[in-house]
Amino acid sequence: MLKEFFDKIRPHVEEGGKFHAFRSLFDGFETFALVPNTTSKVGAAIHDAIDSKRIMSFVVIALIPALLVGMYNIGFQNYKAAGVDASIIQMFLYGLIVMLPKIVVSYVVGLGIEFVVAQWKNEEIQEGFLVSGLIIPMIVPVGTPLWMLAVAVAFSVVFAKEIFGGTGMNIFNPALITRAFLFFAWPTKMSGDQVWVSQDSWFGLGNVLPDGFTCATPLGEAAAGVAPQLSMCEMFGGLMPGSIGETSVIAIAIGAVILLWTRIASWKTMGSVFVGGALVALLFDACGAEANQVAHLGLDHLWLGGFCFGAVFMATDPVTSCRTENGKFIYGFLIGALAITIRVLNPGYPEGMMLAILFMNMFAPLIDYCFVQSNINKRAKRISNK
Amino acid sequence: MKTYKIKKGLNIRLEGQAAPEIRDVKPAEEYALVPDDFGGIVPKVRVKEGEQVLVGTPLFVDKATEKIKFVSPVSGTVKCVERGDRRKVLSIRIQPDSSQVVKTFELPDLKQANAEQVLEVLLETGLFAFLRQRPYDVVPTPDVAPKAIFVSAFNLMPLAADFNVVVKGQEEDFKAGIAVLAKIAKVHVGVNQEQLNTPLLPINIDNVEVSGFDGPNPAGNVGVQINQIDPVNKGEVVWTLGAEEVIFIGRYARTGKPDFSRIIAVAGSEVETPKYARVKVGQSIKSIVENQLKPADHHVRVIDGNPLVGRKAGEFLGAHTTEVTAIPEGDDVNEVLGWIMPRTNEISTHRSYFSAFMKGKAFNPDCRIKGGERHMIMSAEYERVFPMDIYPSYLIKAIITGDIDRQEALGIYEVAPEDFALAEFICSSKLELQRIVRQGLDILRKENA
Repeated sequence: MLKEFFDKIRPHVEEGGKFHAFRSLFDGFETFALVPNTTSKVGAAIHDAIDSKRIMSFVVIALIPALLVGMYNIGFQNYKAAGVDASIIQMFLYGLIVMLPKIVVSYVVGLGIEFVVAQWKNEEIQEGFLVSGLIIPMIVPVGTPLWMLAVAVAFSVVFAKEIFGGTGMNIFNPALITRAFLFFAWPTKMSGDQVWVSQDSWFGLGNVLPDGFTCATPLGEAAAGVAPQLSMCEMFGGLMPGSIGETSVIAIAIGAVILLWTRIASWKTMGSVFVGGALVALLFDACGAEANQVAHLGLDHLWLGGFCFGAVFMATDPVTSCRTENGKFIYGFLIGALAITIRVLNPGYPEGMMLAILFMNMFAPLIDYCFVQSNINKRAKRISNK
Repeated sequence: MKTYKIKKGLNIRLEGQAAPEIRDVKPAEEYALVPDDFGGIVPKVRVKEGEQVLVGTPLFVDKATEKIKFVSPVSGTVKCVERGDRRKVLSIRIQPDSSQVVKTFELPDLKQANAEQVLEVLLETGLFAFLRQRPYDVVPTPDVAPKAIFVSAFNLMPLAADFNVVVKGQEEDFKAGIAVLAKIAKVHVGVNQEQLNTPLLPINIDNVEVSGFDGPNPAGNVGVQINQIDPVNKGEVVWTLGAEEVIFIGRYARTGKPDFSRIIAVAGSEVETPKYARVKVGQSIKSIVENQLKPADHHVRVIDGNPLVGRKAGEFLGAHTTEVTAIPEGDDVNEVLGWIMPRTNEISTHRSYFSAFMKGKAFNPDCRIKGGERHMIMSAEYERVFPMDIYPSYLIKAIITGDIDRQEALGIYEVAPEDFALAEFICSSKLELQRIVRQGLDILRKENA
């Protein structure tokens, strides 16, 4: 039945049809609903059932626990700040209402551009943005205005991805470019202590907080010289101020298990981010300046801020990370090490994960180059030894 | 005997594995030699329509040297020389006669011959045409001596013919063939663990080294074996020969008569009773699969070869083909929401499918590519099934971008399209890797000529 429906529409969107301008949109929906039944023409007749749609879908699934906890945390922080009691459902619904517009804006703007580009290049729509489009609203503070989000998404899709040739060709992680764009274009809206708690009331849910209400993230507090007072439970459960998706270690761990289990993310990258981060954090703890509170967070560094989220969902992006197996160890290790170093040594930025990953995105090809070159040298040596 | 352990790779189990029984196929009405089956040569036709030919009569030669002869597998009448665009020779078709007369050759005896004479005999009898060389995976140039000749005596591709079945009763022919090749260059024979106690071994011939390979598919690929034993460097040439084709040489060496009959597997889920069949090179596919396929209400694809390295069957059996397989085509299947459904019947190595854990299960996949072509997104996919000391994804990228220096540096001289078959199978970006590699090799060969 579905097949007949698509067959009926197809003539209109094909070359010469009235709605040819929507071909990429049609393609997108058709391949979403039905598995394409094109068969192989040359080469292997049989193919593994995996395709990029399924891979991307599983990353989205892996993101969902962190998203749900993030939504709940939005409500929790608002009610906590107002000092009002509310049920879990109320808090969650409030978070949902605050979060949904961000997700919609991110997807509409990003996918809109993707559809236009696919139409223009006469290609199939690429699925990469399904993941980026969900990650983006999860890595911004809850107070980010929607229009800023829209501008940043448009910037990153066009300049971080499409000009390189689309998914698979980009050098930098598009979601992080979005965040970096927001961070440098509107620094006051992206950090500080006014953006981490939703301050409005919607449809009778939530509370309007007084003007000038502030609440800093634990890392922000530490950067300001106050040692954060957090229990392990708060850090792992995720009920603390922070970017929407990054706060709950447990929810992110569930996502990590899904990604590692399906081998979509590399354990080599993910593991070495934590190893690198832990080593450097302990190093600073041992010999950092006494007054620098951030230096003395020790292993708590790994559970605070965007470290886990970055390690699990962003460092492991297969396109922008190292593509050689040994390179992944170095790549991950340096991300972890750099993130903590930036946190500790740069007073301007309480959070270092974003810059660390972007920086290593830039160096990933160089790391790969070294490993590939050693293979090349080995081959060249084989000849000269003869 | 040295044994090489192969860790990377993937055994794919499909429904319809051929049972070890051999049936006789009645002679076909038509046989043909297809020049395209012999990579890298330009044919110069030597026969005319209506001409009588014998088994062993050259039908065409290679234009460049005119030394390599491509001979008729049967005796009969040349029915037509089929030509396509720009008069390209597509096939030379022969209607067989009932007597099947074999051409007699006045050539040196292979047992006493030296390397030069062996080469002459192989060229004259058309046996040389079955050799392939690396680099480029084409018919070798007879003037360039190889540093070694490699023969793999097993094949682990899905539904592939089991050489142990094929060689049964022909072990002496096989060994005689190896002995002939050993006069040209050092011969490496690759066997797997299961062949250790079969009559195939031992092979005690001078200048022959038998190596064991223990591991999953593609351990049986001769390319993998070369890479383990003695990789091809720039400027070097090695020859390879299918194990079944070694038997052709052995038969000639023992009887003095060329005989191009071979045993192939006819397998796959669409075959009623999959087993082996005695056929001749160039036999019409129709005569092989006639009355063998199950009645089907869906489209069926007959493959000349196995589902990984074969091609859609044309009219005639390919020159190197060791099996004919039939599986569902799949273009009439409509599956809903494949990106999220469990799809336990779909074969996959990806753990987002449960089928990745059904290790023993035989699957029945169809020919759909099951996704759209994308840029290379995932990393380390190909590496999982590519047991050579080569970075496959970097090599593929170098080929796509046409960077010849980099292709050389990354080891393109060591590979053939079939080495990328498994990578093509698991590629989530659905790239046509074998076609890309073939084109890359063709361009490189032209540039280096």
